[in-house]
Amino acid sequence: MLRLFDVIDEANMPWLMAAAERLHTDFGAQLIDMVPSYTTLMLHYDGLQLSEAQAREYVLQALTGLQPLAIDDSGQRHELPVWYHPSVGPDLEALAQRAGCSTAQVIERHCSRDYPVFTLGFAPGFGYMGLVDPSIAAPRLATPRQRVPQGSVGIAERQTAVYPLVSPGGWNLIGRCPLALFDREREGYSLLKPGDRVRFVSVDHAEFLRLGGDDASMEPNP
Amino acid sequence: MSMLRVEHSLGFAQLQDGGRFGVRHLGVTQGGALDWIAQHWANWLLGNPLDACVIEIPLGGLTLKAEADGWLALTGADLDAKLDQQPLRPWQVFAIRSGQQLTFTQPRSGVRAYLAAAGGFKANPVLSAVATVMREGLGGLHGDGKGLKPGNQLTYSAQPAVSRKMPSEAIPDYKSLVTLQLLVGAQSSQFSGQSLFQLFNQHWTLDQRADRMGMRLTGPALRYQGDALISEGIPLGAVQVPPDGQPIVLMNDRQTIGGYPRLGALTPASLARLAQCAPGQKIRLQPISQAQARQDHLALLARWEP
Repeated sequence: MLRLFDVIDEANMPWLMAAAERLHTDFGAQLIDMVPSYTTLMLHYDGLQLSEAQAREYVLQALTGLQPLAIDDSGQRHELPVWYHPSVGPDLEALAQRAGCSTAQVIERHCSRDYPVFTLGFAPGFGYMGLVDPSIAAPRLATPRQRVPQGSVGIAERQTAVYPLVSPGGWNLIGRCPLALFDREREGYSLLKPGDRVRFVSVDHAEFLRLGGDDASMEPNP
Repeated sequence: MSMLRVEHSLGFAQLQDGGRFGVRHLGVTQGGALDWIAQHWANWLLGNPLDACVIEIPLGGLTLKAEADGWLALTGADLDAKLDQQPLRPWQVFAIRSGQQLTFTQPRSGVRAYLAAAGGFKANPVLSAVATVMREGLGGLHGDGKGLKPGNQLTYSAQPAVSRKMPSEAIPDYKSLVTLQLLVGAQSSQFSGQSLFQLFNQHWTLDQRADRMGMRLTGPALRYQGDALISEGIPLGAVQVPPDGQPIVLMNDRQTIGGYPRLGALTPASLARLAQCAPGQKIRLQPISQAQARQDHLALLARWEP
């Protein structure tokens, strides 16, 4: 486990991405897996093929003279269409109340900035993004939902994400994205990668359906 | 080509190989046989690659029918298996004739049985593995993460590479006392001294909440005194402690990153042993050094060397 930072900060990303790239090169085929997160990189190598001393040597080599990747080199920019509506975003109204504004303003604030993808985890293609405007931040639900539909767009504290598949989840849901975030037939599988940037774009119901979205409504909060 | 048809299944029996690698950065979990030792033996008995695709059968509830003659090997839990009503002991290679029925009904010892076939069961890999992960909808017979269902047809080679006999001293006794070995690490130094003492000196009980993702242990509440963590990668076998103080061992289908403090990780052999424990089982934990764990692991792997 490589610990490089102590706090979540967008400024970490170019360094983490640069370290990941160098480590991939240095370890080569001896790297079984690497799990980047907000402040760390977990390296998985076969301890029977590669000694710990050699692994440390690779790490040292990778971190020596490291230069951050330029944002433009480190990822793609995506525009993700979202249909923001209480029937698919059952926490949208509560979030507006909490922020003391209209739902339209919540939507406007959610769409107002580019979010870096800090890491993928929890489920295939689930990108942890942030940070949202502090006024629309909200704690996770006290009781997670058993079933969050595919494409649901949620907020937890100042993070935001899209659920790539049906799963349990405790994030505040505000809308739904019609695009497939994870597709086992797609090259690279996941639409989002760490270091990518995402801008959410509000679309209406008709456009959501045209893009292949499923508008099955959810029960409001218990 | 030989073939088995699934006649009856509760949906939990599933195809597993050695797991999915090179994709953890996408949020995709590992998968693979939980009791990898039993899986290795089943494949070894038939001369297959040790991590060839097998059926992992938890608890029972599976009936298969042979649609052609073939050779199979059964290891792991004793699930009261029967071949056309005749009791079939695990830890051996056996021939199955076209029309014969193979049933797994209930656990008598252990939890998960492993059925290997000559050459391994055939299925198209998804993200480079056949490992079934239901939560992610990946792997399995049709690539969609589903367990075995009635009507599924499982094909395999007509002839095994070899037919071996199990060394009797290598057959585990799942009714023996369970001691699991923990490589102490991660945030262990930030747990209270009393918690670390209790960790290794009290019995733990395997909870009902025990599955391919995680196995929860109940016992004295362990107290973490450090700061909240920022989510980070979780290795196989990590022992995490959520705020209720009850440790969870993270298994093959674990989430890829998580933010609960960890005490370290269980050794691979201990994970295989844990996979054969039923809820209610009493468990002891024992610390082990890196060097000893490495030596034990090498000795275990040497058993399957040609």
